[in-house]
Amino acid sequence: MVRRQGPRRRILPLLEATLQPRDLADALAARGAHPTALPLAGGTDLMVEINFDRRRPERILDLSRIAELAGWDREGDELVIGAGVTHARLEGEMGGLAPGLGMAARTIGSPQIRNRGTIGGNIATSSPAGDALPPLVAAGARVELASATASRSVPISEFCTGPKRNVMAPDELITAVRVPVAQGPQQFAKVGPRNAMVIAVCSLSVHLDAVARTVRTAIGSAAPTIVRATEAEAFMEGVLDERGAWERPGPLPASALARFGELVAAAARPIDDVRGSAAYRRHALAVLGRRTLSWCWQEHRA
Amino acid sequence: MKLILTVNGEIHEVESIWEGESLMHVLRERLALPGAKNACEQGECGSCSVMLDEVLVCSCLVLARQAQERSVVTVEGLAPPDDVGVVQQAFIETGAVQCGFCTPGFIMATEDLLRRSPAPDDAEIREALAGNLCRCTGYEKILDAVRLASARLGAMG
Ligand SMILES: Cc1cc2nc3c(=O)[nH]c(=O)nc-3n(C[C@H](O)[C@H](O)[C@H](O)COP(=O)(O)OP(=O)(O)OC[C@H]3O[C@@H](n4cnc5c(N)ncnc54)[C@H](O)[C@@H]3O)c2cc1C
Ligand code: FES
Ligand code: FES
Repeated sequence: MVRRQGPRRRILPLLEATLQPRDLADALAARGAHPTALPLAGGTDLMVEINFDRRRPERILDLSRIAELAGWDREGDELVIGAGVTHARLEGEMGGLAPGLGMAARTIGSPQIRNRGTIGGNIATSSPAGDALPPLVAAGARVELASATASRSVPISEFCTGPKRNVMAPDELITAVRVPVAQGPQQFAKVGPRNAMVIAVCSLSVHLDAVARTVRTAIGSAAPTIVRATEAEAFMEGVLDERGAWERPGPLPASALARFGELVAAAARPIDDVRGSAAYRRHALAVLGRRTLSWCWQEHRA
Repeated sequence: MKLILTVNGEIHEVESIWEGESLMHVLRERLALPGAKNACEQGECGSCSVMLDEVLVCSCLVLARQAQERSVVTVEGLAPPDDVGVVQQAFIETGAVQCGFCTPGFIMATEDLLRRSPAPDDAEIREALAGNLCRCTGYEKILDAVRLASARLGAMG
């Protein structure tokens, strides 16, 4: 029988003293010197593992005091969002700059979880159900990684390589994520059994870029990583170009929306699991595809 | 290394802790403050909710070390001993307390909500309390309590 044991009911291995660097340079030095120390930000993923004895790191590297990770800024056409920015701040502060990311943040957990959980933690956890990930993939964001000696920038779609797997090296930390400023309407929708506190059964981001005239999608929780529905994107871009719809935005035919939804569903590679069947996920994605695109288009026409 | 933190306005020093220990564990087991309840230890129920530097958090998901030199407010700190605050009084009067296990968490979440938004509508109340579970009341009385507390605080200006 598998029964969980709380911390005080078993003899705990001693952990070495927690590392609590005050700035990024110290944090990167500590990361290099103690590659087995586990970074901790908001703790909303990691503390669960520690509380349930699923994980016993030798040491913890606490990132919660590092001011350089805790802010965000606009640099030209990009937002540079520090890894330590919480979902509550994304929900409240992204506004029209990255509306899809703000919407996704609002669906995460509860107020208590959003007050602590960070965008960097969501990216590092690299769950296919990580709700910050679809809007980042749809926006073409880049993950900024640094070690004590080097830094690099990796497209988010190349960063996550499988469920809970990514290309971050043991001496690296995520410092920030670079997100292009929105150039059109964005939507995020998530399916789950209630309106809060749910891991996505499936989710979808749709972003319109009215300047580049592109449609971008990203599907969450229906494949080993976040996937784009590139055929759906190309189809809808074709429909909009053909009708001259970017210049004269009229209503979209229901048949085009339906086809878009079908192509979104076809791009997913869902599995049957406790949260839903593969067939249900495909069905739900077709609905989300139609809805989110029509919401974006209504906003574009307004 | 000693853990030093402020709880309900008082500075506490804890001689030694296990490095993986949560803030909830320190509050309950080392500082004898059992107001924050331990139910799930995974952020799902909100019964361990406290304020950490004025931010509502699940204390089971805060590493105790992260509270080093920070300020924590628990349900015990909302009113003087033997007294209750406006939100607590509203929970008592509306029947929002049955077994009482979830109550401290709901009180903390309500305090946080009314500080941000003194006159919330029902949708706002539901969203603010979405991280707190109650197995007894069916939530309706809790919504009544929040509305009553909001009205009273509004009347007090
Ligand atoms: C009750 C509950 C509900 C939840 N609901 C949702 C939900 O609806 N949607 C969702 O997407 N998630 C949800 N989560 C998961 C979690 O809240 C998010 O993934 C959150 O973004 C994690 O961030 P954190 O700062 O808390 O990470 P932590 O727990 O601190 O860390 C998570 C992982 O990231 C690593 N890490 C953190 N920061 C860095 C960094 N800067 N560089 C390198 N590695 C780093 C850590 O080592 C660890 O492996 C929920 C969790 C709980 C407990
Ligand atoms: S005990 Fe912390 S949220 Fe349930
Ligand atoms: S009163 Fe019993 S759980 Fe809420």
